[in-house]
Amino acid sequence: MTKARRAATAADLARQQREISVSEFFAKNRHLLGFDNPSKALLTTVKEGVDNALDACEEAGILPDVRVEIEELAEGRFRVAVQDNGPGIVRAQVPRIFGRLLYGSKFHRLRQSRGQQGIGISAAGMHGLLTTGRPIAVTTRTGKRSPAHHFEIVIDTQRNEPKVQRDETVDWEVPHGTRVEIELAGNWRGGQHSVDSYVRQIALANPHAQITYLGPGKQPAEAVVHARVAGELPPATAEIRPHPHGVELGVLMQMFRDTAARNLRGCLTGDFSRVSPRVADEICAAAKVATSRRPRDVGRDEAERILAAIQKTRIMAPPTDCIAPIGESLVERALRAEVKTDFVSATTRRPAVYRGNPFLVEVGLAYGGELPAEEPVTLYRFANRVPLQYQQGACAITRAVASTDWRAYGLQHPKGALPIGPMLLLVHVASVWVPFTSESKEAVAHYPEIVKELRLALQECGRKVSGHIRRRRRESEEAKKRGYIEQYIPHVALALQEILGFDDRERERTAKSLALVLERTRRI
Amino acid sequence: MARRRSKKRRAAAQHPTSGRRAKATDAQTLARIDHTAERVHETIRKGRRPDLALPVRALSNVSYDAARGWLEIGRQRKVRTLSVNTVKNFAQTLRMMALSKELIRNNDFATKREAYYISKNWDSAKFDEQIESDTVMDDIEALFSVDGVAREQLRFYPEEHGGSVSGPLVVIDRDATGREARIDCTAFGSGAYSVPSSVEELRFETSAAFVLLIETGGMFQRLQSHRFWERANCILVEMGGVPTRAVRRFVRRLADERGLPVYAFVDCDPYGIANIYRTLKVGSGSAAHVNRFFCVPTARFLGVTPQDVVDYQLPTHALKDVDVKRARDALRNDPFFQRHKPWREAIEQLIGMGVRAEQQALAKWGLNYVIDQYLPRKLEQPERFLP
Repeated sequence: MTKARRAATAADLARQQREISVSEFFAKNRHLLGFDNPSKALLTTVKEGVDNALDACEEAGILPDVRVEIEELAEGRFRVAVQDNGPGIVRAQVPRIFGRLLYGSKFHRLRQSRGQQGIGISAAGMHGLLTTGRPIAVTTRTGKRSPAHHFEIVIDTQRNEPKVQRDETVDWEVPHGTRVEIELAGNWRGGQHSVDSYVRQIALANPHAQITYLGPGKQPAEAVVHARVAGELPPATAEIRPHPHGVELGVLMQMFRDTAARNLRGCLTGDFSRVSPRVADEICAAAKVATSRRPRDVGRDEAERILAAIQKTRIMAPPTDCIAPIGESLVERALRAEVKTDFVSATTRRPAVYRGNPFLVEVGLAYGGELPAEEPVTLYRFANRVPLQYQQGACAITRAVASTDWRAYGLQHPKGALPIGPMLLLVHVASVWVPFTSESKEAVAHYPEIVKELRLALQECGRKVSGHIRRRRRESEEAKKRGYIEQYIPHVALALQEILGFDDRERERTAKSLALVLERTRRI
Repeated sequence: MARRRSKKRRAAAQHPTSGRRAKATDAQTLARIDHTAERVHETIRKGRRPDLALPVRALSNVSYDAARGWLEIGRQRKVRTLSVNTVKNFAQTLRMMALSKELIRNNDFATKREAYYISKNWDSAKFDEQIESDTVMDDIEALFSVDGVAREQLRFYPEEHGGSVSGPLVVIDRDATGREARIDCTAFGSGAYSVPSSVEELRFETSAAFVLLIETGGMFQRLQSHRFWERANCILVEMGGVPTRAVRRFVRRLADERGLPVYAFVDCDPYGIANIYRTLKVGSGSAAHVNRFFCVPTARFLGVTPQDVVDYQLPTHALKDVDVKRARDALRNDPFFQRHKPWREAIEQLIGMGVRAEQQALAKWGLNYVIDQYLPRKLEQPERFLP
């Protein structure tokens, strides 16, 4: 027997329906942001803090000087402090930046920067709040003439709004900059996913920054300083409009609807990058659509024809000033500063386009020295200079490395895995919009265009290192052969002496003469 | 001075071609070692790179010499010039020659295994595995084979020695102390005389009419213990698979010096025909440089022939793939079988039948059928034996 079920009316349902606060959503789904477990939470907190610090300095044209401090307050409880010498934050903005998710300056533009969505640092603060009940503490100062401000902020997860618990003026010896402190439940670990490894990698990818790192249980004098290798900031990157190649139909139609231009030519030249009036005419002619059409009136069929025409038209690559590579020489210098090796090389590819977004790939390679010879190579992945430490297997970079034929360059290479040898690979994908496989931004998505560029860059570095490996092998072969000669010539002379019965002087003369003969003919 | 003396010795020595004493004397062997060492020494003194020209030891460098009756090595030479890559091998080859010279001087010998252990005193020139020292020995043997020097003359003896011998034969031998021994091969009761590693110095007295070589120990035991040698007036020799160099040389000398016919009695399968009998009669491809000493060109194939399998209705086993492959290989690549039509037909017949039969399969008709019926009947018509 079943109980008669009372059907819910639309009105009932409406009573239950209410807006879900973004903060509430993320509080329940914090694994999406990289806080799935205590050790990862600690790493992500450091990471978000450093990302913000570096971005802030660069945007203000200041060579970054970042200090990372981690203190273990109790078993499983840490305080993370990240301090920069950036421009500081205007007092009124502080609560919104640190106490509200999805608030920032980065989401609404196509520009290369570390963070993209603006959820990072506030999510870290929220994780701290949820696990320890402690607010996020921010000290900031915008200049010598302004006082430093100290805040303690909590997030109201229901309303996605900051609640300021303390707001005071303090004395701070730092002329300008920001210090963020977060207390959280975390777990300290070593290895590939460690904070140590993160700091090492972030220093590699940001040779213009000085990173000072004080791990848990260390005295201030024991801080690790990754000194600045480059004396200049990376060139400032510009915002760009989308490039026509790779724009999808839906996006194209949306752009036609939203444009301020009055005709198609104006829309194409004004809303896209690298479209000159001549190119716009060419596209329209190929699509058999009048250049004077009002974009809003363009129908679906026409839009499809325009899209097809765009694909067939040769259009200049997107402007390169929107992407700042680390640069070949800096990658090489950073690698030399970081690892003791015999060989270093780097390749920076020219920018290419995926889905209308320009991107660029660069690869740095260090070989030999103190790197372990019998283990898979160390792979450091970076997206917009940010190290990617998790989900190595899911990342397009890993696939590109594994699918490059390293055997051709003289390394061992099990099929489908990373090559084996004393090698460190630094692979950097820079883009105005790096496609990640998920919100936690740990793996680059497999766009064919990106994988292709990755492989080309890896192959170029592979060719350079193969020359080095071959030379090394030849040299050791040569040394082995020389040893061989020295080892066996005495036996030839001795055997001849035993058979022919000549004296010891003749034996030595024979050995010497034979050594000479072999030395002379060896290089032929 | 040393050179002049060795030259004189060489000139004095008999040229080693006649059948009776086909092999080099100690003096010739020593002269050969000295000559090689001198040539190497001279070349080094002149500031050039010495080399050794080794005959290529492979079936590709072998032809069947029908007139003489063995597989003869061809003219292909592999010149090994002293270089960085060959210096180790060169040193080992010369040290091995020095060891050989010492053994001859002391009238001693070393087994191949012992020679390998002696090399352990040679520091970095030592051999890691015996296969390496064996190869170097074979190289020296091949190098000197032009002058009739075989490994036994270099005083390197194999581990295994020959098979068993029984019958009306007296072997006159000397042991290491030089005392002469007369060995009566009818006087071993249920046992048998065993062929030594080096047979060159043996002398023979016999009244036998022929030599019968037997593949398996089991069959030899039957014939031996039932005194078949008495009934047929023959010398029985057990080969135990492919006959060793010593057995082949032993039988060769009996054939050459006493003029005895030699008959082989082996299993009817591709291994018995293409490996055991072929190696006995004309030698092997890999040791082609010494085949002229280590083969019995007058040997003939008594049985078991493929036709015997039919005639005597013998129990059979199916030929395996490797057997068929071996048989086809013999037809296609072996110069001996290609030369003899009766053999080609017999092998074709065997492949066609798809079966093999062991010599002991005759036991189907009674244990002594082989003694009472098979062999006497066969021996009535030796002209029908396969070549």
